[in-house]
Order: sequence, then structure tokens, then C-alpha cells
Amino acid sequence: MLRLTRPVYAQIVAHCLDGVPLEACGLLGGTTGGNASKATGQATVCYPATNDAASARVYTLNPRDHLKADRDAEERGLEIIGVFHSHTHTEAYPSPTDVAQAPDPAWHYVLVSLRAEPVLRSYRIVDGNISEETVVLEGR
Amino acid sequence: MPVEVRLPTQLRDATSGQSTVPAAGQTVAEVLADLTASYPGLAGRIVNEDGSLHKFVNIYLNDDDIRYLDKLETKVGDGDQLSILPAVAGGA
Repeated sequence: MLRLTRPVYAQIVAHCLDGVPLEACGLLGGTTGGNASKATGQATVCYPATNDAASARVYTLNPRDHLKADRDAEERGLEIIGVFHSHTHTEAYPSPTDVAQAPDPAWHYVLVSLRAEPVLRSYRIVDGNISEETVVLEGR
Repeated sequence: MPVEVRLPTQLRDATSGQSTVPAAGQTVAEVLADLTASYPGLAGRIVNEDGSLHKFVNIYLNDDDIRYLDKLETKVGDGDQLSILPAVAGGA
């Protein structure tokens, strides 16, 4: 399960819309709970990042943005718990490229489809296996 | 004072959950070798067997990407911070 505060949800979608016609990406800072296989992540900070690939088909998250996000999360006593990116023309589901390049099995992978009105869904990607998880919006 | 090495979440299983650990060396390559000697679970996950940096790993010496410095031969000094970050990428 991925819990998003409403402001984080809004920032994710806004950054993705802002990136059109290119794919946008960013990191999520927060905490994780629950046991290893069914971790619940709570994202309380959104770190919009630059897509170095500047493409409508692929994204490469700027490493310097990643470094800043990692340090900021640590200062707040949080950690990077996942990544979000947009699919400008396809559905909010991890592509084979997304699965092949997923860097961390503990992360939450958020996809935002901008094919029509924004659709946000979240997944776990472990050993090449994709499983969708519930997204819960809470707080403000 | 040794060098401080920051690790991404997916490598922390090898350091019993620690996000930052000390390591010694005059260059990035030496620091990584020292790191792997202290934490064998990191072997092969940062540097390949031939000694080259993993393609999907970024290493920053303080605020600079070592690819734009001297790569693994970049000199490090006491009190420097080495941050290891995975490459994050994907596609539609």
C-alpha cells in the first residue's frame, strides 16, 4: 500500500503535467512500515526531478537531483521510498523498460498516465514481478 | 578522519541497515575496496569484477559526479563524503 498526502499527490500530478510533451520524473520521500513483503509506504515529501533524457518515451532521473533529494530526506529523518514518472501516451503500468531498470525492490513505483485525464497508480517491482498496490490519499 | 560513504537503501542489507559507514583510502577505488572488505555483501554490486564502475551506479564525491573528475582514480581526503546512488531510469 502507498499512502500519499494530498499535497504530495498534487505535486506529483502537477510535475507530470508540467513536463508534457516529455516524460517527467521525481522521487518520493517518507517512511515505510509493515513487514518486508507487504510494506506500507507513506510518502510525505515529493521531490520533482529533471528528466535528463528529455524524451517522451524514456526518462533518466538527474543524479544530482537524486543526491539532493537523498540528503534532504535524511535531514528530515526520512528516506527515499520510491520514484514516480509519467507515461504521456500509454497507460499507468510499468513498461518492460521500467521493470528492467527498477533500481530498488523495496521502492514504490508510481506511474502517472497522461493519455487522457491524469491517472495515478502504484506498483511494487520485485525480481521482475509487477504487483499493483492500493494508493490511499490522506491528510493535507 | 576517514571518508564517509553514504549508501542507497538497496545496499543497506549488506551493512546491517546503516546508511552511512566510514571507509579509508586515497582514491575512490581504494575507498570502495576498503568498504567491500568491511562489508563483503557489497562485493560486485558497486564495482564490477574487472574493477570498472557498475553502469547503473552513480558516485558523488561531495557534490561532484566522479565521472567528471577522475572516475575511480579520483583522490579523496579525510572528511570527504562519497555518496553512492543507483541510476534511476525507465521508459514508456
